[in-house]
This record gives sequence, structure tokens and C-alpha cells, in this order.
Amino acid sequence: MVKFEDEVVRRQRERARITAWLLGAFVVLLFFITIAKTGINW
Amino acid sequence: MPSIEMTNPAALPADWRDIVALTKPRVMSLVVFTGLCGMLAAPQLPPLVLGFTAILCIALAAGACGALNQWYEADLDAKMRRTAKRPLPDGRMDRQSALHFGVGLGAFSVLLMGLATNWLAAVLLAVSILFYVLVYTVWLKPRTPQNIVIGGAAGAFPPLIGWVAATGHFATLPLLLFAIIFLWTPPHFWALSMFVRSDYAAAGIPMLPVVAGIQNTRKQIFFYSLPMAAAAAAPWALGLTGPIYGAAATGLSLAFVVLAALVLASSAAKPSEMRAEKRLFGFSVLYLFALFAALVADRWLVW
Repeated sequence: MVKFEDEVVRRQRERARITAWLLGAFVVLLFFITIAKTGINW
Repeated sequence: MPSIEMTNPAALPADWRDIVALTKPRVMSLVVFTGLCGMLAAPQLPPLVLGFTAILCIALAAGACGALNQWYEADLDAKMRRTAKRPLPDGRMDRQSALHFGVGLGAFSVLLMGLATNWLAAVLLAVSILFYVLVYTVWLKPRTPQNIVIGGAAGAFPPLIGWVAATGHFATLPLLLFAIIFLWTPPHFWALSMFVRSDYAAAGIPMLPVVAGIQNTRKQIFFYSLPMAAAAAAPWALGLTGPIYGAAATGLSLAFVVLAALVLASSAAKPSEMRAEKRLFGFSVLYLFALFAALVADRWLVW
């Protein structure tokens, strides 16, 4: 049997980790969108 | 998953799997595919990252529609066997979170589309979300058996959005792609609603088989398959596509009409005996995938 408080913490940590990864991916995507929109060629 | 020492799961923060389930990932796959095909059929392609972002935005908007649909229909979903185990009716998530998630995701997808591609594509994306949520889910679905006929327009937007994201303007071909999905939706959904009609009846949703009876629905399925087949052939007949698409559209549409005719000829009354309807429903999904795949193959290999 898992305690309610433990389950809350587990889910919050899991969601925080996923949110962090998504935000990171979004920053990278925005960087590449900016590069593409400004027409910079590597 | 271990059991939890509590009685009200909605008091917990939602599990991320339930948040994903809220976006109806399986429906999203067809939306993303048709959007991608609309983009790949365009005469010019955007840079890879912008094309990827446009498709991502279409997927996120579809997810927002799924979330807002489930938020609004949580009570109805609880009455239907097919949907009773969704996160909201099953009590694994609270409605307020679903509403916030859906609105946030929808707004984010529109803004990102506008910033990454063009604002015409963003406006179309916003219109498709609002049409699905307000016109179809809130207004038409609980009121009229024609819900899926008019509401089908919401699912027809993705190829148009994909094209506009790539080119920045409308053209005849993406409008025909819109028409194909628009006319495909009624026979596709009515075939499904034939063998789950007791679910719709239990929830009080006036789907055609519930309101007009199954024989009448069989006629409508067949009659709608004819203009759908004509719309599918139109891009080739008008010279907008080449022979690969022409052959695929002719063969696939002929098969669709034959299967719809078998539905018309069927007299099965029990869902377990509705083999013709189940076959048409299964084929209708394959039909759309194959037709749009042929469109892209034609554009890149022949045209």
C-alpha cells in the first residue's frame, strides 16, 4: 500500500521532470525556428 | 501500479499518462498524417524545422480539441461503455485541470504556428479548434443527427492548414482535400455509430442510427459515399494530380462504394452481426491513409 503523500510527491516529481524536458525542447525548437526565419545558412 | 491509501483519486495530481490520454493520441495520428500530406503536396516546402513545427502545432491543436471535448462531455462519457474508462469519467483527473490544459495547449499551438509559419495558417488552426469545440461538441452534437455532417468540417482542416503553412495562401487542391475529408466523415462515423448505437442512445446523443433508425442510416452511408468518391476523383479529373493519385483514388473509392453498397444491402440488427458496417469502418480509415499517401507519392514521384 502506497501512502497518499508519497504518491503525491512521486507524481509531482514525475510531472516536473517531464515539464523540464518539454521546456528544454521548446527552447531548442525556438532557437532553430529563429535561425530558419532569419534565413541564416550554416 | 500499487494501490494507494485513499478513496478520491481526483485529489491527486493527474498522472502524466492520463494527461496524454486526454489528447486522444489515436485520433491525433490521422489528423497529423493528413496535415503532413497537405504540406507535402504543396508546390513549395518550408525549411525543415518550420515544417516540423507546423505539423507539431496541428498535433497540439488536435490534442487541445481532444482535451476540451473530454472536459465538456465528461458526464456523457461516463454513460458510455466505450468511453467510461477515460481519465475524467473514471475520476483519475479533475475537470478544471482538463479545461486549463486544453485551453492552454490550444492557445500555445496557435501562437507557435503564427510565429513559426504564417498568421493565415494560425487563424485557420484557431478556427478549426473553435469549430470542433464550440460548433461540433457544444452546439451540434447533443442537438441534431446532422452533427457529424457539419461537424466533419473540423477534421477536414489539417491538409488545408498544412498547405497554407507551406505556401501562405489557399489553392484549389487543398480545398478539394478539405472536401474529401468533409464528405468522408459522415459514412465513416455512421458506420461506427451503427454498432455502438446503444452507447449513444444511453448517453442521449442523437446520432443518426439512434434517431432515424439503422436502415435509414444505411441509405445515408451509401448516398454520402457517392459525392465522397466524386470529390476524391476531382483532383485528378481537374489535372491537379497525376496518374498515381488518379489510379489510387479510382480503385479506393470504388472499393469504398462497393463496401457501402454491402452495408445498404445488409439487414443485420444486432451489433455483433454487423460485419458489413465493421468492414466499412475499418476500410474507411485505411482509405483516407492510402488516398493521402498516394497524393504525396504522386506529387514527389510524378508531378
